Amino acid sequence: MKKVFGRPKSMKDAVFHYCPGCGHSIIHRLIAEVIDELNIQGKVIGVPPAGCAVLAYDYFDIDMGEAPHGRGAAVATGLKRSLPDRIVFSYQGDGDIAAIGTAETIHAANRGERITTIFVNNGVYGMTGGQMAPTTIIGQISSTTPGGRNEDRDGVPIDLSEMLAIAKGSVYIERTAVDSPKNIVRTKKAITKAFKAQMAGLGFSLVEVLSPCPTNLKMTPVQASEWIGSTMTTYFPLKVIKDTAGKL
Amino acid sequence: MLLRGSHVIAEAAVRAGCRFYFGYPITPQNELTEYMANALASLPDGVFIQSESELAAINMVIGVSMTGKRVMTSSSSPGISLKQEGISYLSGQELPAVIINTMRGGPGLGNIAPAQGDYLQATRGGGHGDYRTIVLAPGSGQELADITRMAFEYADRYRIPVIILGDGMMGQMMEPVEFPDPIDPKSLPPKPWVLDGAEGRPSRIIKSLILDTSAMEEHNWKLFRKYEAISREVPEMEQFLTDDAHLAVIAYGTASRIAKGAIKRVREMGLKVGLLRPKTLWPFPKRILLQMSRTISDFLVFEMSAGQMLEDVKLSLEGRGRIHFYGRPGGIISTPDEIAKVINNIYFKEGLERE
Repeated sequence: MKKVFGRPKSMKDAVFHYCPGCGHSIIHRLIAEVIDELNIQGKVIGVPPAGCAVLAYDYFDIDMGEAPHGRGAAVATGLKRSLPDRIVFSYQGDGDIAAIGTAETIHAANRGERITTIFVNNGVYGMTGGQMAPTTIIGQISSTTPGGRNEDRDGVPIDLSEMLAIAKGSVYIERTAVDSPKNIVRTKKAITKAFKAQMAGLGFSLVEVLSPCPTNLKMTPVQASEWIGSTMTTYFPLKVIKDTAGKL
Repeated sequence: MLLRGSHVIAEAAVRAGCRFYFGYPITPQNELTEYMANALASLPDGVFIQSESELAAINMVIGVSMTGKRVMTSSSSPGISLKQEGISYLSGQELPAVIINTMRGGPGLGNIAPAQGDYLQATRGGGHGDYRTIVLAPGSGQELADITRMAFEYADRYRIPVIILGDGMMGQMMEPVEFPDPIDPKSLPPKPWVLDGAEGRPSRIIKSLILDTSAMEEHNWKLFRKYEAISREVPEMEQFLTDDAHLAVIAYGTASRIAKGAIKRVREMGLKVGLLRPKTLWPFPKRILLQMSRTISDFLVFEMSAGQMLEDVKLSLEGRGRIHFYGRPGGIISTPDEIAKVINNIYFKEGLERE
């Protein structure tokens, strides 16, 4: 019998610890598929974040070095500057990249570091139990915004990807989602292009992936995915935010 | 070569095979950063980044260290506080790195004058968690060169961050220095634990997250055993005129230079006074100090702080000898005459024998 679907070579034979309906496992798989298809398993180094995805190194069968919370871009900078012919990516959540690690991220992009960042935006702090994230939308209830996010008190959800697009050193930034099969396919294409931009030595690349967190949104997996399409994308529209990389 | 202290450290680092430097401007150590910018720009394999913050710098250090290459960062007190996050991670992840702290007056923004107020921060870990870093205290231009070379050796040998604790005076002081021969980084032995892509071998992880408490305990004990080995193998103390001494001044770095001047003065007056100068602050050379208490009755701890190394002296002497303290915090540099007066006072008060 012909095998038509299997575990990517770049994934370990391990069971995900992620909650049912969580987007991390889908995004992990997409990255592993891209690594396999680009045939770079032995040349790639990943930087997992602090947060739910800190255990990414238990799932990826590639070299990985853990960064302190928010410092993924700086650690990735060190790795890449030391080994310019390797492919280095950081995997970061919204709190990690858009709150505590904003400075490191913006400056890495501005320097045009040849690294790729996978920015998983689920609108909450997942691992710590559902507090307000920098990307929590107005009115969204979280454990630290019991009455909903209030613009006057908490500010508006931060458009980090748009900010990064201003930086001259960034070459490819796209926002996608993993809420539907169509968008999952698009996400994989974006990740592929982001890696290729790095491999061509063009500059900083980033894919922001809107991802469901049913546990902390207190929704069913289906509701959480629907919420991304109906609500989250009104604040975070899915689009290519910047592409000076051209055809790769 | 006649060079200022900051430049000596930088040149010695390059000669130790360090090709990666990340730093953020802060006085009084910018000369070091600037020297590295120049030196690394002229080397084909040199990488220098002026980072957006000390936090970013230490995390770039983490990234390079993960690839096994020699890497350094430097700062001064307030900047070192920011680097403590990364130093804790380096410790947990058992990554080598060399970190220079050119201490200034504090706390807070303090001032830019030479001080020794970061002793406890440096020798007690400094960041969160149960760890120590090797802390080296150079006392001369030549020693800045030698100690910097040693710092990289220790860092690699023990897979540990090593801190060189100096101050603005050390950094500015110009003295003749002979450098050891340069090391070609390619000639350094390969490290079997690095991240470089898992081509042809099982993939590797470098991390400090250990959720299982038993495994975390074992990791802590493993670090502890390493620290025990370092405590046996690394401590160093210079002894100056201690053979016949009744009183020894204990001081490190710039304070030890002032103390030496004072000791020469009181020796001329027939006072039997020597100097004990720890070259390693962690591990503190406690066994040597304890041995000295057989012949020396009085110890004067002199620091450019309100009394921090004093704690280690007390712990080391275990109740033996009489311990005196003189210190001035905040960036005040005592003169040798001032210290000579302090020695005189103690010497006569305790009725110590003169020549």
